[in-house]
Amino acid sequence: MLRADGIAVSYGRQRVLRDADLTVAPGVVTGLAGPSGCGKSTLARVLALMLRPDGGRLTVDGTEVRRWRQRAARDLRTKVALIFQQPRLAVDPRLTLREIAEEPFHATGRPPGPAADLADEVGLTPELLVRRPHEVSDGQLQRACVARALALRPRYVICDEMTTMLDASTQAHLVARLEAYRTETGAGILAITHDDELLTRWTGPSEGPIVRMG
Amino acid sequence: MTSSLTVENLSVRFRLPGATVHAVSDASFAVRQGECLALVGESGCGKSVMAHALMGLLPGNATVTGSAWLRTGDAPPLDLIAAPERVLARTVRGRRIGLVPQSPAAHLTPVRTARAQLAEALRELGSPATADELAARAGLDPAQLDRYPHQLSGGMAQRVVNAIALAGDPWLIVADEPTSGLDRPLVDATMAELRRLADDGRAVLLITHDLRAAERVADHIAVMYASRVVSHAPAAEFFAGPRHPYAAGLLEALPSRSFTAIPGRPPELTDLPKGCAFRPRCARSTDACSESPEAGPVACHHPLEHHVAR
Repeated sequence: MLRADGIAVSYGRQRVLRDADLTVAPGVVTGLAGPSGCGKSTLARVLALMLRPDGGRLTVDGTEVRRWRQRAARDLRTKVALIFQQPRLAVDPRLTLREIAEEPFHATGRPPGPAADLADEVGLTPELLVRRPHEVSDGQLQRACVARALALRPRYVICDEMTTMLDASTQAHLVARLEAYRTETGAGILAITHDDELLTRWTGPSEGPIVRMG
Repeated sequence: MTSSLTVENLSVRFRLPGATVHAVSDASFAVRQGECLALVGESGCGKSVMAHALMGLLPGNATVTGSAWLRTGDAPPLDLIAAPERVLARTVRGRRIGLVPQSPAAHLTPVRTARAQLAEALRELGSPATADELAARAGLDPAQLDRYPHQLSGGMAQRVVNAIALAGDPWLIVADEPTSGLDRPLVDATMAELRRLADDGRAVLLITHDLRAAERVADHIAVMYASRVVSHAPAAEFFAGPRHPYAAGLLEALPSRSFTAIPGRPPELTDLPKGCAFRPRCARSTDACSESPEAGPVACHHPLEHHVAR
């Protein structure tokens, strides 16, 4: 279980989250919905250990998180992956798509898995892997970000409006890719989106709960 | 006389070192006052380049061929492609064509109030209207105009850029992905605004990847694939069952329909296959597809029958 209890977050004087609870169970897709500005993305960053909350508890498979961001214990940090809404803001523009997808291996000092597999899994061709972000479309870049998120085989994947910028076919492809990962590894997925049709469709196969915020 | 934009055989090429990008190939369509035409397609298919070509905003390495005739009331028609920059700057941009940009939050200057930015647009365009009148027309409370962009919600920022696009009273509105990154209620509100503009007698060219947004507002749907307009149909007909296999696949990929991706991936615009560009991904392809299909409402050698896609 990835479990948040009573999470509170403020940006300056602005209280964004107050006493927020959320549980992401392994093996199912949990949906999280709510209007823009209700704190969905802030909660996503707390769950991915990327933002230290002002109050509350986060536990990853029973271990309480006490250190956050770079200071978080590596084995906890790599258990949760985060996929952002805007791939262009989530990558280093100097890196090629292959380097982006392989970043987690370098960050943790592990040998990269075979790049060809990785490319195939998310639908990137070898010629796309040598390109940099400005040379590819949003959809192609998001595929590289999905490969990066799955590189270290996380137990939990947080998808924060992952497909909002993408066309229907690319959306269906990436959701199918994450569903394949979930059924293969038993990982837990948190699907954050304000799109109710997508949420119903995505949580349906694993009969996961839909949580509404705001 | 009704104002209209008629695009004929428009092509845009970008020269890169060692490659040519075929961004728009042989596109033809028209949009008239009172109508909304949605140009849909996946990212990188060339739809934004089309908008920029019409407004003369392409970078220097672009080559544009074909024509785009802008007929404004009784004024002599103007070919936007052949017109010099001076003419576009003085008589077209802001005055006949208003641009609603992709990201309102990024488009507004963060250190100036909405009112200052509206007033600047009015001054530059020599409009007699005041910022308050313009705001009211775009559905904004004039009291909100004294806010800075970061104090505006997404929906309010959207209305401010709409108001700026309307400052010079253009009859044609080009909206380039006006909804990307907005949540569904805001998408619906933005689409309602665009519909209202069309109902007021303006023409709207909506460029989007979001089929459901297009469904809410468009009278006609044009689908672009790999630089070409492959399908062009009245909206009701399109959503009942598109005849082009790619358009049908795109519609079926929606979560409200079968939610399955089209197999394969789109070709590179630097390396388009010979013949039909959709051929490698198309279940219906035959030998005939090695020849390019003729441009038209359904650019396909073996279109689907009506209503079979549902």
